[in-house]
Amino acid sequence: MNLWLTMIAIGMATFAIRFSFIFLFGKIEIPDTVRRALRFVPPAVLTAIIAPELLMPGEAFDLSLGNERLIAGLLAALVAWKTKNIILTILVGMLALYLLQALWR
Amino acid sequence: MTGMRSRREEFLSGIKAELPILIGGFPFGMIYGVLALGAGLPPGAALSMSFIIFAGSAQFISTQLFAAAAPGPVIFVTAVVVNLRHALYSASMAPYLQCLRPGWKWLLAYLLTDEAYAVAIIHYQRTQETIDCEAPDYRHWFTLGAGLALWATWLISTAVGIFLGAQVPASWSLDFTLALTFIALVIPALSDRPNWAAALSAGAVAVASYTLPLKLGLILASLVGIGVGLWVDSRT
Repeated sequence: MNLWLTMIAIGMATFAIRFSFIFLFGKIEIPDTVRRALRFVPPAVLTAIIAPELLMPGEAFDLSLGNERLIAGLLAALVAWKTKNIILTILVGMLALYLLQALWR
Repeated sequence: MTGMRSRREEFLSGIKAELPILIGGFPFGMIYGVLALGAGLPPGAALSMSFIIFAGSAQFISTQLFAAAAPGPVIFVTAVVVNLRHALYSASMAPYLQCLRPGWKWLLAYLLTDEAYAVAIIHYQRTQETIDCEAPDYRHWFTLGAGLALWATWLISTAVGIFLGAQVPASWSLDFTLALTFIALVIPALSDRPNWAAALSAGAVAVASYTLPLKLGLILASLVGIGVGLWVDSRT
């Protein structure tokens, strides 16, 4: 019972968080600075998710050539920059990762 | 914008845009299913959690706390803090959803995960920045397609994990496809100096604050990135 109650409470709170600004927008005055800030949410959040995945794959900071995820990720970033092709970026990234894992291990 | 796309076209391209993320999402869901059972959750509760909470990281941490017999309020607060980052997504999506009927807002808010947000926001930014309620478009169908694709995958993969176990070896490194997809989405969006500044500073802070619990490092990094972006923007 306690399990279900907790689960439903978390579900409702999670929905409330996701719904918050979508609901409020247009109902309250949004300061101009906040409006300008919104365009930086995607690059900031997405990079904040990516960076630890590449730079600390074993939970520890690793800037060496032995860090396969870093090398593969940088290669993928280059492909993304040149081609803007999502599938190609993923393919090159995964291939590079497998190759490096085969080489290094 | 060149020619408005139909509901169907938007919906299908939303699903298509989400597909690469599903490759990494499926094993993640299976692992959750296995962990939830291991934590002592009944199969029905484990599966319901994917439907009721629908947030991977919060579900992982909640099941761990259930296993440790933590009190309900502690589990609740922990999960809510882990999910606070979704407020940023809500704010970021809000301008694009402002013209929609309440039902649409409820539905798209329920489906607003990291994975759906990433492809949806990039789609909005690439197609047309400005929103005009007098000239509506069907881009919310793209968001719905992406959100539903992830939702269905999450529920199915959770069920597979619960009833069949995790079938994908960790050595396949499929989790890396999520980072790669985000790279493919974010790099072309770095169109000017303020965007680069936002991304680089957020990345640096995320690495430096990675040891903070409950994804607080991610929120801190995002806020710093947004602030730096604004600051560079105001100087140029």
